[in-house]
Amino acid sequence: MAVEQSPESYLAAYPAIASALPGADLPWLQQLRQDGLKTFEAHGFPNLRDEEWRYTNLAVLNKTQFTPTDNQEIDTDWLDAYRLENAWSVVLVNGRFSSTLSRLTGLPGEVSVQSMRAALDGNSTDLQARLGHAVTNDEHSLVAFNSAWFADGVVIEVAANYRMAKPLQILHVVTYANALAATRNVVVINESAEAEIIENYIGSAASYFSAAVNECFLEANAGLTLYKAQIEADKACHFGGTYVKQARDSRLMHHNFAFGAILARTDIRSDLHVASECSVNGLYLGANRQHIDNHTRINHLMPRGISREFYKGVLDNRARGVFQGRVIVAEDAQQTDSEMSNRNLLLSADAEVDTKPQLEIYADDVKCSHGVTVGQLEEKSVFYLQSRGVDEASARNILTFAFANEMVDKVENAELKALLFKQLLARFPAISL
Amino acid sequence: MLSIKNLHVSINDKPILKGLTLDINPGEVHAIMGPNGAGKSTLSHVLSGKAGYTVTEGSVTYQGKDLLELAPEIRAREGVFLAFQYPVEIPGVSNIYLLKAALNAMRKHHGLPEVDAMDFLTIVKSKVKLLQMDEKFLYRAVNEGFSGGEKKRNEILQAAVLEPKLCILDETDSGLDIDALRIVAEGVNSLRAAERSFLMITHYQRLLDYVIPDVVHVLAEGRIVKSGGPELALELEEKGYSWLEGQAA
Ligand SMILES: Nc1ncnc2c1ncn2[C@@H]1O[C@H](COP(=O)(O)OP(=O)(O)OP(=O)(O)O)[C@@H](O)[C@H]1O
Ligand SMILES: [Mg+2]
Repeated sequence: MAVEQSPESYLAAYPAIASALPGADLPWLQQLRQDGLKTFEAHGFPNLRDEEWRYTNLAVLNKTQFTPTDNQEIDTDWLDAYRLENAWSVVLVNGRFSSTLSRLTGLPGEVSVQSMRAALDGNSTDLQARLGHAVTNDEHSLVAFNSAWFADGVVIEVAANYRMAKPLQILHVVTYANALAATRNVVVINESAEAEIIENYIGSAASYFSAAVNECFLEANAGLTLYKAQIEADKACHFGGTYVKQARDSRLMHHNFAFGAILARTDIRSDLHVASECSVNGLYLGANRQHIDNHTRINHLMPRGISREFYKGVLDNRARGVFQGRVIVAEDAQQTDSEMSNRNLLLSADAEVDTKPQLEIYADDVKCSHGVTVGQLEEKSVFYLQSRGVDEASARNILTFAFANEMVDKVENAELKALLFKQLLARFPAISL
Repeated sequence: MLSIKNLHVSINDKPILKGLTLDINPGEVHAIMGPNGAGKSTLSHVLSGKAGYTVTEGSVTYQGKDLLELAPEIRAREGVFLAFQYPVEIPGVSNIYLLKAALNAMRKHHGLPEVDAMDFLTIVKSKVKLLQMDEKFLYRAVNEGFSGGEKKRNEILQAAVLEPKLCILDETDSGLDIDALRIVAEGVNSLRAAERSFLMITHYQRLLDYVIPDVVHVLAEGRIVKSGGPELALELEEKGYSWLEGQAA
C-alpha cells in the first residue's frame, strides 16, 4: 500500500527560504540546487515503488511539515555527554555550524575544517570540483532534496601525507521541534593521508527530520575511518547518506550504528579504484515501532579491490529492519575479493527484517561470498545460563547483548566504544559487568 | 539430599522415564550407567529444570523442597549443578563474566553481597590452576571453539567455583584423553565433601577408578534396574547390559 507522496508543502515553502541558503550567488551551486528541486518535484520523497526503497515508507515526511530554523538553543550539559574528550569537534545545531560549540583550537595547519557556509563564501573553486561529484541528484530524490535544501555542513580536508593525531567528531544535534536539519559535508583525504571522523546524530527535540549527505574523497593511498553513531530521538526521522570515491590503494573503514529514530535510513556507497579496500560494519537495533533501513552499495570498478561487509540487526516488539547490500563487480574489476554477511536476531514474533544481499558480477576472476541469517535466541543457550543461576530475563539480555556487542567490540576508538557500550547496556540491561 | 520417587517423564507424550526411584544422601557419590537412550540425560535435564519434559507421575525432593516446583535458576542458586553432556557455546560471553554472574546470582539469593573483585579473581585463578587450565580460557567466550575435552574441563571449573551441593555430571569423562581424565577426576575428588553429593553418569569404568562411587546404578528402559557397590561397574564392563534386561531393582 503505497501512500501517495506529496512534496507540495515543501516545494511551496522553498522560495521563502531559498534566499537565505548559502551559495545563492554561485551559479554552479544554483544549478545543483535547481536540478535537485526539479528531481524532488518530479518524484517527491522516494516511495515503495522504487526498488531501492521498497521496504521503507516515507509517507510520514509528508504528514509533518519539517522546516529549517536558525534557532541555536541547546543544553550544553546534555551535549557534552556525547562529546569525546580526546577529539576535535564540530557541532551542527539544527543543521547549522556552531562556531561557539565547536572545538577546533590547536588544529594543525595540515587539517582544514570549515563550515559549508564559510567555504561557499570564500574561494569555492576547489569545493566546486567536489560538491555533487561523489553523489549526484540522480541517486534518489532524498539526495536531490538535500541538494536543494542543505543550509550548512562542514568541509574537511587533510593534507597529503598527514596523519591526524586525534579524531574529528561531528555532532549533528537537533534541539528545535519539527526542525529540518539538512546538511552537506565534504571530506577530502589527500594522498597518503589518514584521518578518523566520528559522526554522532542526537536530538533533544521530540520530532524532527535530520537529512545529511556526506561526500568523501579518498585520494591515492589515503585512509579514512568513519564512524556513524545514530542515536536520534525516539520520534525523529533520519536520513544519512555517505558516498565515497576511493582512489587507488585507498582504505575506507566504516562503522554504522543505527540505534535511534522512528524512521531511519542510511546509505553507504563506495566506488573502489585499483587495489583499494573498504570495510563496512553495521549494527541496527530496533524496538517498539522503529523502522531502520540500511542500504549499502560497493562498486568494484577496477582490479584487486577488497571489500568486507558485516551487518548485524536486533529487532524487538514491532520493529522492522532492512538490510539491502549490493556488491557490484564491474567487468574491469578482476581479482576482486568481496565478502558480505548479515545476521539478524528477532526478539519478538511481531518484529521483522527484510534482508537482501545482492551480488552483481561482471568480471570472471573474482572471489565473492555472501551469507544471511535471521533467527531467534537459542533456547539451549538461555537454559545453559539459567542452569548457572542467571534468571531467564537476564539470560536473554546477556545473549542479546553479546550478539550486538560483537560490532561495538570492533570500534577501535576507546571513548566511542565506551559510549556505544553504555547505549547497548541500557537497551539490554545484563547484570553488571 | 535428593529423593526421587517413582518418577515418570515424557517427551512429547513419549514416556522416557518410567518409575525411577533413587535416594542420595549428603556426601555420597552415585554413579549411573546404562545403555544409550536409556534416559540418563533426560534425568539430568529434569533435575536441572530444562523445558520440554513432562513429569506425569512421581516426585523429586531436594533438601526437603519440591525440586520440580523451582525455576531452573533457583535450583542452580540452591546448589544444583549440571555438567552438561554437550556443553553449549555462548559467543560473546566470556567465561569469567559467566562465572561472576553465576556466583553473584547465587550470593544474592542467599542474602550475601556481591563478591569482591579481587577475591573473585583469587578464587577463580586457584580453580583454574586446580584443573590445570590456561588462564587465557577465562577471557575466551564460553566454550566457543573449545575442544571436546576443554569443554568438559570448563564445566568442572564452573562447578569448582560455584561449589554446588548436588553435582550432576553427565558423561563428563567422555571424550577426555587419559591425562585430562585424571585431571578432571582429581578436580571432582577435590570437591568431594561431607555435605556435597554427586550423581555421575558414565559409560566407563575408568572414571570410577579415580572417583570411587558409594553406589552404582543401572538405568535401563527408564528405571533403575539394578544397584550395587563399585564392583557392579566392573561386572557391567565385563558382561554389558543385556543380562539385566527385564530385571527391576
Ligand atoms: N526432544 C526429544 N524428542 C523425542 N525423543 C527424545 C528427545 N530427547 C530425547 N529423546 C529420546 O529419549 C530417550 C532418552 O534419551 P537420553 O538422552 O536421556 O538418553 P541417554 O541415556 O542419556 O543416552 P546416551 O548414553 O546416548 O547419552 C532416547 O530414546 C531419545 O531418543
Ligand atoms: Mg546422555
